[in-house]
Amino acid sequence: MQQDQLLPHLFRSEYQKIIAVLCHYFGFEHIEAAEDIASDTFLTAAETWGIKGLPDNPKAWLYTVARNKATDYVRRGSRFKQKIAEGIFAEDNYEAEIDLSDQNISDSQLQMMFAICHPVLPAEAQIGLALRILCGFGIDEIAEAFLSNKETINKRLFRAKEKLREQKVKIVFPEPADIVNRLGIVLKTLYLLFNEGYYSSCQSTTLRKDLCLEAMRLNYLLIENKQTNLPEVNALLSLMCFHASRFDARVDEYGEMIRYDDQDRMLWNDELIVKGRYYLNLASKGNGAGKYHIEAAIAYWHAVKTDATEKWENILMLYNRLLIAAYSPAAALNRAYALAKVKGKEKAISEAEKLKLDTNHLYHVLLGYLYTGVDRKKAVSHLQTALKLAKTATDKSRIMKDLEALL
Amino acid sequence: MIFRRDAEATAATRSPEQMQTMMNYWREWIGGIAAQNKLVAVGNRLDTAGSVVKPDNVVTDGPYVEVKEAIGGYSIIKASSLEEATELSKGCPILSVGGSVEVRPIIPMEI
Repeated sequence: MQQDQLLPHLFRSEYQKIIAVLCHYFGFEHIEAAEDIASDTFLTAAETWGIKGLPDNPKAWLYTVARNKATDYVRRGSRFKQKIAEGIFAEDNYEAEIDLSDQNISDSQLQMMFAICHPVLPAEAQIGLALRILCGFGIDEIAEAFLSNKETINKRLFRAKEKLREQKVKIVFPEPADIVNRLGIVLKTLYLLFNEGYYSSCQSTTLRKDLCLEAMRLNYLLIENKQTNLPEVNALLSLMCFHASRFDARVDEYGEMIRYDDQDRMLWNDELIVKGRYYLNLASKGNGAGKYHIEAAIAYWHAVKTDATEKWENILMLYNRLLIAAYSPAAALNRAYALAKVKGKEKAISEAEKLKLDTNHLYHVLLGYLYTGVDRKKAVSHLQTALKLAKTATDKSRIMKDLEALL
Repeated sequence: MIFRRDAEATAATRSPEQMQTMMNYWREWIGGIAAQNKLVAVGNRLDTAGSVVKPDNVVTDGPYVEVKEAIGGYSIIKASSLEEATELSKGCPILSVGGSVEVRPIIPMEI
């Protein structure tokens, strides 16, 4: 890899590992110190490697420098020593304590994940913090992903850290009794993070793919740890694999969204589909099917390339189960779509109209699709309403295309 | 919604496929209600066997055999009126096997 590519690449993968380990030892109260040290390390790398060339082992170099800087920081900061409980950093062995072994890095990252996905923080703060600390994203990138700006993101992260400090959140593994509960929140955050990448209207496809991949990577961390390798976790990863398999087929060369029916099956990533099935299998080994199991099963069927009746019958039944477990407008709309595939458009129309999601643009897009070929006037009317309600440029252009085909 | 059907008829044997089909009908009907965001609780099925406690703590096998249509289960939905709730009940699969759906408003109570 070229030198100018290596450092950004390493930044992405190693920054968050270093921070996780440092935070674990300094405590969350000193997260800024951890961030400074980590950033400083990379700054030094940029300066030194530019002059002296690449070291033989760049990763080890980074870790050594980070460890040294952290040690210096501890030695220098008397104010620092006052704040940390006496005895945690006996002067002589803090160097040995900043352990950058693979196992400790994994553990620290997991602990950091639980700390960040804390019930006291709102979801978007959790995601923002996860992107910054766990994924090494820059503020600019996060702003772009959320279609926001630097100031807003900075404020959000600042407030989130303050809150965690107030609550004296520790960076530790939750007690066995709490794990299932806390894991629920972590999984929800990962789900939302993946969603951001999958459905976001941010212009950069690369960035959105990165969000999805990061969600999957963090999910994988949970799977690698015995205590968190639970069926729900496998179900979520399965779900993400299936969805991610269609990433390349969903957007055309102009950045326009391509509907599921119109996608080129050849562009579906078979490797990810296989992985999805693998994790779905593992997920089935537990008792009971949670929300992610059902969604993963639906995703499994969506990833099946043929259009057999069995496929859509199964999808329909799964949406019924999903809705019975928990209502969501998206699930209701998708159920109607599956109903159309199984029982025809007329039946689906009568069910769809009961949904009464009049302010939801996707509701009107669905009805537009259902009425196409059945009642042109109604189809056009719904699509026009959809156009008015749609918020993003990509959505609007998609609806316009549908309208043009009808007029 | 309280679902009733003939206790004896329930004992009739059904093949696994028939039971699966019936299950699917139920899922589809309840799913339709859930899709409208009107399902509060999918509820429970009730076993036909049980016990009945009467005054003076007299215990007999239940359910009441005087009433031919035993309660098979219940679900809870929300609707803006009894009429609407009644409409929703019309698709219930139990109706296709001679059963009935009793639709009763819940009276909120503080215990």
